[in-house]
Amino acid sequence: MSRQFLFDGQPVPFEDGQTILQAAHAAGHYIPHLCWHPDFPPHGSCKLCIVKVGGRHVSSCALPAKEGMEVESNTPEINGERRALLQMLFVEGNHFCPSCEKSGNCQLQALAYDLEMLTPRFNHFFPDRPVDASHRDMLLDFNRCIFCELCVRASRDVDGKNVFALTGRGIHKHLAVNAESGRLADTDFAADDLAANICPVGVILHKRVGFAVTIGKRKYDAKPIHTVALEEGE
Amino acid sequence: MGRLDASQLAAQACTRNGGDATRLLQVLIDVQEKAGWLSAELISAVAAELGVPRVRVEGVAGFYSFLYTEPVGNYRVLFSDNITDRMLGAPELMDALCGKLWVERGKLSEDGLVSVDTTSCTGMCDQGPALLVNGRPLTRVDHRRVNQIAELIRRKEPLYAWPSELFRVDDNIRRRDALLGPDQRPGEALRAALTRGREDWLAQMRLSNLRGRGGAGFTTAVKWQACRDAAGADKVVVCNADEGEPGTFKDRVLLSSFADQVFEGMTLAAWAVGAQRGFLYLRGEYRYLLDHLQHVLARRRSAGLLGNAILGETGFDFDIDIHLGAGAYVCGEETALLESLEGKRGTPRIRPPFPVTHGYLGRPTVVNNVETLAKTTLIALHGGEAFAATGTAQSTGTKLLSISGDCAYPGIYEYPFGVSIEHVLEDCGASDVQAVQVGGASGMTLASYEFHRRIAFEDVPTAGAFMIFDSSRDMFEVARNFVHFFAHESCGFCTPCRVGTSLLDNYMNKLASGYGAKMDLADIEWINRLLRQSSHCGLGSSAPNAVVDALVKFRPAFERHLRNLDFEPAFDLNAALAGARTAAGRDDPGAFLDREQETTR
Ligand SMILES: Cc1cc2nc3c(=O)[nH]c(=O)nc-3n(C[C@H](O)[C@H](O)[C@H](O)COP(=O)(O)O)c2cc1C
Ligand code: SF4
Ligand code: SF4
Ligand code: FES
Repeated sequence: MSRQFLFDGQPVPFEDGQTILQAAHAAGHYIPHLCWHPDFPPHGSCKLCIVKVGGRHVSSCALPAKEGMEVESNTPEINGERRALLQMLFVEGNHFCPSCEKSGNCQLQALAYDLEMLTPRFNHFFPDRPVDASHRDMLLDFNRCIFCELCVRASRDVDGKNVFALTGRGIHKHLAVNAESGRLADTDFAADDLAANICPVGVILHKRVGFAVTIGKRKYDAKPIHTVALEEGE
Repeated sequence: MGRLDASQLAAQACTRNGGDATRLLQVLIDVQEKAGWLSAELISAVAAELGVPRVRVEGVAGFYSFLYTEPVGNYRVLFSDNITDRMLGAPELMDALCGKLWVERGKLSEDGLVSVDTTSCTGMCDQGPALLVNGRPLTRVDHRRVNQIAELIRRKEPLYAWPSELFRVDDNIRRRDALLGPDQRPGEALRAALTRGREDWLAQMRLSNLRGRGGAGFTTAVKWQACRDAAGADKVVVCNADEGEPGTFKDRVLLSSFADQVFEGMTLAAWAVGAQRGFLYLRGEYRYLLDHLQHVLARRRSAGLLGNAILGETGFDFDIDIHLGAGAYVCGEETALLESLEGKRGTPRIRPPFPVTHGYLGRPTVVNNVETLAKTTLIALHGGEAFAATGTAQSTGTKLLSISGDCAYPGIYEYPFGVSIEHVLEDCGASDVQAVQVGGASGMTLASYEFHRRIAFEDVPTAGAFMIFDSSRDMFEVARNFVHFFAHESCGFCTPCRVGTSLLDNYMNKLASGYGAKMDLADIEWINRLLRQSSHCGLGSSAPNAVVDALVKFRPAFERHLRNLDFEPAFDLNAALAGARTAAGRDDPGAFLDREQETTR
């Protein structure tokens, strides 16, 4: 027997163990997300996926769906909060979209367009985060990291390498690589690792392929992220 | 240190910890106690020794405030930065010490001898201002003590040769009730519970309606029952002795003078749920209690109160390990605590599942506060009904309050739940009181028109902090201190708290420097809302409490800091020129923009 809950007033069926986000996506309702990835267990850090259930905010990527839940997601209130979370991510790092190789393929940028984030609102932190260009094939531009830990999880759980981990705490948290020198070149990272191809923003980049596809013809240029994500099952 | 020495140190520390990677944090604390700080070589050596990726060790080392990945001095002085220490003059005393030692705050002295900085509340609020020197608490700092400390450091006197009076920590128990009053013989409560039998023991716990004293107020019997019913044989009992909430120090007193009751409570919990392993997670600031606590544990083992077949009961096997924290308030949050116990960064987990089913290493785990566990001995001795006879219907028994701030007799007060704020204020000799902060930085700010309210879960809940502010205090500064605390202590896992607490900190500093505008108050309120609603754990969601309360109840204190302008550019030219001033070595008035001129322009 199929069970269901209400998503923005519409019935959505779910199976045991499915989270709100999984069930909603399966039924064709997009919920914004950055740290969630279909191939990994929920992480719960970005909070873009917040929805309201019974008046309380919850992370839809992590909370199992329950019979009869009433979930609010695509509302001015929640989208306003999501926009503010995006603004926080933007001011925390250094995001110069026009010169970024990931522009048009970046989930952060695409979500900002989708949720109509027009200004950063808050003061920029302008952190000092030097890039690491030591590796033969790969480049790390830490300025854009949103700490989703997808690279950490992919390297540890799929590549079996543990190239990345987070260190520091609070606003000083940052990505570190598995080498005493702190240089990516001194790790066993390779361009065909899953971790090299999973970053939702422009931190982990392949060298020598810069701007192979021109800006304007990229993933989120033609269609908004809420359409692309559902079409591609992301 | 050479690489060889590093390997040796790491190997020894790992051996002492059984080569167990879940003890990574304990290994790092151990290594650092020998080496002073965690160099890159040491981190590599520990990783190799434990067989874990180096980057994981680096991740853990970078998380805890008391682990140092940069060289530190022989003497590390950390002034407690809680508002109560500040009110007792901590900032001036710190400046004085820096002056005498010729060091800049937060920087290592040129000769590598000493560094002076601040740290979050050290739990000595009733005998502050306090500081930690190489991790040891030093209380009642005044100018005489600052001179003395400076002299001891300049003479390079080793810490063990410092006058022990400097390190005296008092209990300051001012009011005793059911827990602090009568003497208990070790084992007495345990024997009573064993005589009752497990089922009746749980029934007594239910009757008592005891609720957690760590803040959330969850019913203890329900938690124990859920853990007991959970699948899995290796159950675990954890005592949360992280006591990081600013203004709280009652667990310190329980651990100092009532350790038997605390361990007995843990053993009672183990008996109820069927656990064999126990941990006490002791905040790094209370490291000085470790030897004492180990001694009590050893005594209990030889008395048959821990170990195999406790009190001759076959199958009742339970023992307790003490784990140290290393300066991270968030590790008081129970799932962050479990991560830390497993040797990881103290990041709160996704819940559900809850610790009672998936706790330490995925096993069913009970996590209880120190005071909660100590209270269970009273229930074992006198029964649940007797326990429930004091306090209020929803908040049974007594509560320990840690009282500090503007009053004549700061210290520990044990009251039945339901006592009014007024009553407490009178007992501790407070007058001309403007506000009371109940429950610490994450608690509630009460204004004088609310002093008839009562300490109870259904009215004013508290983990125990009670900080008093008389009419001379600036409530804006109080809120600013708490915001700074949360920004410093945010674990950084989730977006709203990692960025939001730092944004709030910046707004409060902007207001404090006289550059705030009405618009900033709107931003502050908006960030507060995001923190409350979308944070991953209680740290983020309670971070704005003090600001929200101050904005509602002490708005003039905020508005005094505003310029009478509707709009103020975010750019602060004076602040932006700070780097240029340092470079030019200038600090004269001419190097600053004239504020008056600027306003009239
Ligand atoms: C940020 C944060 C810090 C906490 N710190 C402590 C603490 O220092 N001691 C404590 O007992 N509980 C603390 N708690 C509450 C614990 O998560 C947990 O609820 C408590 O240990 C359960 O024990 P109890 O039911 O006996 O109160 C904290 C919670 C949060 C969110
Ligand atoms: S580098 Fe990319 S994938 Fe890794 S944590 Fe940062 S944003 Fe996420
Ligand atoms: S609310 Fe703060 S402390 Fe809690 S998980 Fe988020 S960042 Fe960490
Ligand atoms: S997608 Fe749910 S928290 Fe990031």
